[in-house]
Amino acid sequence: MDLTWLNDFSSELLRGAGLTVQLLLISAGFGFVLAIAMALGRLSNSVVLANACRFVSSVIRGTPLLVQIYILYYGVGSVLASYPLIRGGVLWPYLREGFWYVALALTLSVGAYVGEVLRSGLRAVPRGELEAARAYGMRRGQILRRVWLPRALQMVRPTLAGESVMLLKSTALASTVAVTDLLGAANIVRSQTLRVYEPLLLVAITYIVLALIIEKSFKLMGTTSQRRV
Amino acid sequence: MKKTLVAVVHSLLLAGAINVAHAQDKVVFAISQEPYPPFSFRNSNGAWSGFEPDLISEVCKRMQAECSLKGMAWDGLIPALRSKQVDVIMNSMSITPEREQVVDFSDPYIETPALWVGDAALELTPTPEGLKGKIIGVQGSTSHSAYVKEYFGKGSTIRYYNDQDDLLADLRSGRIDIMLADKVSVEPMLALPDNAMLAGKGIAPADPLFGKGIGAAVRKGDDALREKLNQALKAVREDGTYDDIGARYFKSSVTAAQ
Repeated sequence: MDLTWLNDFSSELLRGAGLTVQLLLISAGFGFVLAIAMALGRLSNSVVLANACRFVSSVIRGTPLLVQIYILYYGVGSVLASYPLIRGGVLWPYLREGFWYVALALTLSVGAYVGEVLRSGLRAVPRGELEAARAYGMRRGQILRRVWLPRALQMVRPTLAGESVMLLKSTALASTVAVTDLLGAANIVRSQTLRVYEPLLLVAITYIVLALIIEKSFKLMGTTSQRRV
Repeated sequence: MKKTLVAVVHSLLLAGAINVAHAQDKVVFAISQEPYPPFSFRNSNGAWSGFEPDLISEVCKRMQAECSLKGMAWDGLIPALRSKQVDVIMNSMSITPEREQVVDFSDPYIETPALWVGDAALELTPTPEGLKGKIIGVQGSTSHSAYVKEYFGKGSTIRYYNDQDDLLADLRSGRIDIMLADKVSVEPMLALPDNAMLAGKGIAPADPLFGKGIGAAVRKGDDALREKLNQALKAVREDGTYDDIGARYFKSSVTAAQ
């Protein structure tokens, strides 16, 4: 095991790890909001809205994430670039970065996958609890905030932890569109030092540590009661 | 029955002769799958074409070896060579000090300068000051990427790409400001109508990081094969075959290194 390259590439690797964490937090945050909207949309009484949400969710879950990233980055990205107004505009410094395309793709993914998870959680909340909340005079928004969503989240917490770890691993796809995330940094080391195993092992360990942190923080949210209510 | 059996065996042998070399002296040449015209690419039939595949077949004739070509990812070439999946890499690989630590090289068989390419409408000076704050694109695992990291890594952002097509696509769409690439390979691309908005921004000055020309890589200590390659390359050059192949693929004459 030769780790002499660690010094030369430490700044790239640290920046890469930072980018991976940023991607994770951004897409988890926005994705979660989207997921709630998606789940409520699918449970909506409006047939049009429910079917629209189901369609979007099926499309996103039915296509490989890598394909979505390519479509957004090479497809949408180059269409945007062909308009001089956008290309010269204030947003261009962001729009030219692969980072934001990957963040968008990941957010959509989280919205679709976690949306389904949340929907099942929302449906599993006993009707009686919701009726009790209504009997207390809570409005719909209050019921959602105080009873429905917290109870649902409690039930799907283990699944959410798993989805978050999946999301962490999906961020590695960013390296395919010239974003130097953790894996991208390892690829630079690999290509310039011609060492294969050491940099890959190092990033694998980093991903495991990040995954453990995610699992640990979900544990901190409290354990789910297994007793029947 | 016997007839059928003989026919089957014959066809198997024939297929084997085409695909897998199985003479005593079999040499597997590795070539990267990423298209790199005019050096190596697959033509519309899916067959290998380009300067290097043609050169390899001529070199093989001189070496009296049975050769096969194996395509793989560019950054997997050296690992494959070291793990004995292939015997020679002949794929526009510059002879650099880093690579010489892990593989041995034949004598250089070609030399190509590095060219900066950017938006034709923009004024770009390819110096560390001129490119401060700009985004530079290079193909990863190349001598160009080592050069850019060394001299431009501090002031500019560097993007690493797996193949030249993605690199050009991002340069066209303005995601990178400038790229550094092999002049011989990138010049025909600039002539395409798609790339009309791109233009050369100057040749990078000679630098040790660009290596000592392009050579064929063999495993460390595989001197017998290296010697054979050197002799075959010399023979190809002396009888004019080298120039014929060059004329087939290059517009300007390429300096054949000594």
